[in-house]
Amino acid sequence: MTYIIQGAHDDFEVVIGLEIHAQVTSNAKLFSGAATEFGAEPNAQVSLVDAAMPGMLPTINEECIRQAVRSGIALGAQINKFSKFDRKNYFYADLPQGYQISQFSHPIVGEGVVTVDLEGGKTKEIGVERIHLEQDAGKSMHDQHPQFTYVDLNRSGVALMEIVSKPDMRSPEEAAAYVTKIRTILRYIGSCDGNMEQGSMRADVNVSVRKHGEPFGTRCELKNINSVRFVRQAIEVEARRQVDIIESGGVVDQETRLFDPNKGETRSMRSKEEAHDYRYFPCPDLLPVEFDDDFIEAARESLPELPDAKKNRFMEELGLNDYTAGVLVAEKESADFFEVLVDALAKKAGKDAGKVAVKASNWLTGDLFGALNKASKTITESPVSAAQGADLLALIEDGTISGRIAKDVFEVMFETGKDAEAIVEEKGLKQVSDTGEIEKIIDEVIAANPGQVEQYRGGKDKLIGFFVGQVMKATGGKANPGVVNKLLKPKLDG
Amino acid sequence: MTDLNKLKIAEARDLLRKGELTARELTETHIKAVDEADVLNAYIEKTPEIALEQADKADAMIKAGDAPAMAGIPVGIKDLFATKGVHTQACSKILDGFKPEYESTVTQKLWDNGAVMLGKVNMDEFAMGSSNETSYYGPVKNPWRRGDTDTVPGGSSGGSVAAVAGFAAMGATASDTGGSIRQPAAFTGTFGIKPTYGRCSRYGMVAFASSLDQAGTITRDVRDGAIMLEAISGFDSKDSTSVDVAVPNFEAALTGDIRGMKIGIPKEYYLDGMSSELEALWQKGIEWLKAAGAEIVDISLPHTKYALPTYYIVAPAEASSNLARYDGVRYGLRETVEGGGLEDMYEATRAAGFGDEVKRRIMIGTYVLSAGYYDAYYLKAQKVRQLISNDFKEAFKSVDAILTPTAPSAAFAPGEKSDDPLAMYLNDVFTVPASLAGLPGSSVPAGLDEGGLPLGLQVLGKPWDEETVLKVSGVLEEAASFNHEPKVWWR
Repeated sequence: MTYIIQGAHDDFEVVIGLEIHAQVTSNAKLFSGAATEFGAEPNAQVSLVDAAMPGMLPTINEECIRQAVRSGIALGAQINKFSKFDRKNYFYADLPQGYQISQFSHPIVGEGVVTVDLEGGKTKEIGVERIHLEQDAGKSMHDQHPQFTYVDLNRSGVALMEIVSKPDMRSPEEAAAYVTKIRTILRYIGSCDGNMEQGSMRADVNVSVRKHGEPFGTRCELKNINSVRFVRQAIEVEARRQVDIIESGGVVDQETRLFDPNKGETRSMRSKEEAHDYRYFPCPDLLPVEFDDDFIEAARESLPELPDAKKNRFMEELGLNDYTAGVLVAEKESADFFEVLVDALAKKAGKDAGKVAVKASNWLTGDLFGALNKASKTITESPVSAAQGADLLALIEDGTISGRIAKDVFEVMFETGKDAEAIVEEKGLKQVSDTGEIEKIIDEVIAANPGQVEQYRGGKDKLIGFFVGQVMKATGGKANPGVVNKLLKPKLDG
Repeated sequence: MTDLNKLKIAEARDLLRKGELTARELTETHIKAVDEADVLNAYIEKTPEIALEQADKADAMIKAGDAPAMAGIPVGIKDLFATKGVHTQACSKILDGFKPEYESTVTQKLWDNGAVMLGKVNMDEFAMGSSNETSYYGPVKNPWRRGDTDTVPGGSSGGSVAAVAGFAAMGATASDTGGSIRQPAAFTGTFGIKPTYGRCSRYGMVAFASSLDQAGTITRDVRDGAIMLEAISGFDSKDSTSVDVAVPNFEAALTGDIRGMKIGIPKEYYLDGMSSELEALWQKGIEWLKAAGAEIVDISLPHTKYALPTYYIVAPAEASSNLARYDGVRYGLRETVEGGGLEDMYEATRAAGFGDEVKRRIMIGTYVLSAGYYDAYYLKAQKVRQLISNDFKEAFKSVDAILTPTAPSAAFAPGEKSDDPLAMYLNDVFTVPASLAGLPGSSVPAGLDEGGLPLGLQVLGKPWDEETVLKVSGVLEEAASFNHEPKVWWR
């Protein structure tokens, strides 16, 4: 469905490009040995290089190079065996060197493409322009003292990948799906933890509007957006603002803006005239980054199965539908949980994975996700492990308990973390499949309800449900429904 | 023993090893000589306690019998080398009070070799200057005078050369970006050598222009230069531009045998208006080398005339960025404006902290990197730099070393050129091309001008071939038999 902004006179289309800043997962910063862990005391993770002490020099952390290359491969992008670091010069209190070391003219990763998943099982290909490596700045804290700004340099020098998209997105939904997909891929390969709340991933969103068929309009850049929801909202708000300007005869100014989620508006940060002249030039302290095909191959081999491939496999080999497969692969942890669950269940039940996968996925996306949601827990915090889940489902498979009883057992498992078998044993929930025992109960039920028997025999077939219910009730739900059905009909039929 | 401070490093080393001299004696003599030379303003921070402590350590090393060559040798350290807990300001006000928590690799290597630090020596602010008149700590006086008239010691390593020429250090560290080792060496009758770019680590060296800055040494003769340079050379993983090549025994290169060696004489170095005595000295140098069995080859370095303009684009460009960190936020000087904000603090701090020459170069550098000018200036300069480098590569296909004068004149008077930046920049005309190409080069004292001031000859070599530079320098030194000393007027 096309996203259209209706103006008073015309319909407008929005054009979106994103720059995603993803913090590289590494123990040390891009150019120094300082630690990168989140949440440390201010200025506890600052080396002499990060603080730009006189005479200090950057040296490249190879792990960051490797992670950028892995990310590039995962996004199907061109890997540049030769790249360079440049200095981007500007003054700010939290930028100790007075320049950011970044890659301007020769980025480490070139063009690629990402397939994003849209509603209704649709997909769209979004182009990646480039990925380059750069240092993060520190953090200015304006709320610590009435007169002074404090500076925390823990983030100073932390490696970021800037993933620049092409202006290929045409709706807030597509932009949100793109951010989600990039996040999913990076989390899969472990090059970024994707934690948007802690700032390890944030996006600058370029938004412009145009009437259909016209060339691109003037864009505004919305800085530092730190959630997928805000990406969506910011675009909606900004596109509307631009349309209103144009419709009232105005001109959109190229500028950098800030999205305020509380007020639901964007505000000007600096105009084009105030924009910095960054005076980029090659960083003379660093040699160009060069590596060979072996380095790229080793990076490729280190990649796990990527989400799109996994989704296809779930559909083709395990018989999942598109929607369920999509839900499961969206988070690596869910997909991992599912795979352990299916394997364990197949093994326990002695069946092919393909035979039990749909049941496993239904339980996972229905029962477990539901319970986790209610308890505000993530899959990694689940009180029921994948192996425990497999045990539970195996009990249904082998007829030990019914699907209905299983729901009760699961509730107890979720609450206590106990194993399914222990609960079934403890509470005597084992399904009764003993024909003799069930036959005896059926006889009792028939004897106790002569009127209904009469009606049934008189042609009211539907009453069989009543008798099944009575038998189940008499067994406390433990009777095997298959066995009950099989035995009940001949007896009623006389 | 009298005049211990006039010993050469090699002589002192041998006496120390023979037990005829202690590092403590040698150091005490030098501490006194440093104090007596105050009027030269070579030292801006004296460290006698550290010196004596290091001397005692050196004596212990020597006693144990495994003393490295520099053990017990008192030296001066240029103020841009970080020395832990000791004044390190590149002679700028903007680093007011700065004492680093770390040691530069070059000085660490000296201390590991048992050397003794007499103090930090003066220099042009951030190594920007050719007369040591831009230092926040005031100008340095050249021990050599024209009659009774003061002269400048050259720059930027003016404190290093004044200390060595004034017998207030046996050697000194120095740094060369466009000629800051070779030109002051020529002005003071000392031997200066700048090795190949990447030979010495830049870690802990306050940066001026990163792609050009290279540490080196000032000593009283070639042998001492070989000894001291070897001590500070070597790969360092903390500097990405340092190169992992083996450091040879430089002293062993001083065989005096240059028979069959080919020495290039670049025609472009004959400048219009070059003084006849300088030209005569150069000619003498050629004759000396010829007499020692070398073959003289006329060569051409066609892009030489572009070297100075190229240098004065590349070096300020890098400097404008390198000096951005001096912002008053974390260390050094901070000037605030009543009721002002961050921008005001930057402006006030940098206005008060940098001298005129530094400001000039920051402005030039900012200009040449600006949008719209980058291609015309910086990018073009980088291309010309490559051409200059190619000139040398081509020349070194047919020669082993190149001989030129070091500087266009002998030392001049204070104030003579400080109001005319272009005249000042011309001092580097012979030294800058090799800096742009990253080549090793030396300045050897070769004679006196008619006013009795030293003149130097420059020897340039192939990348990583400091041995040939040293060998040729040694032959020149021998032939010139430069035994002049400045008349001691400063005590």
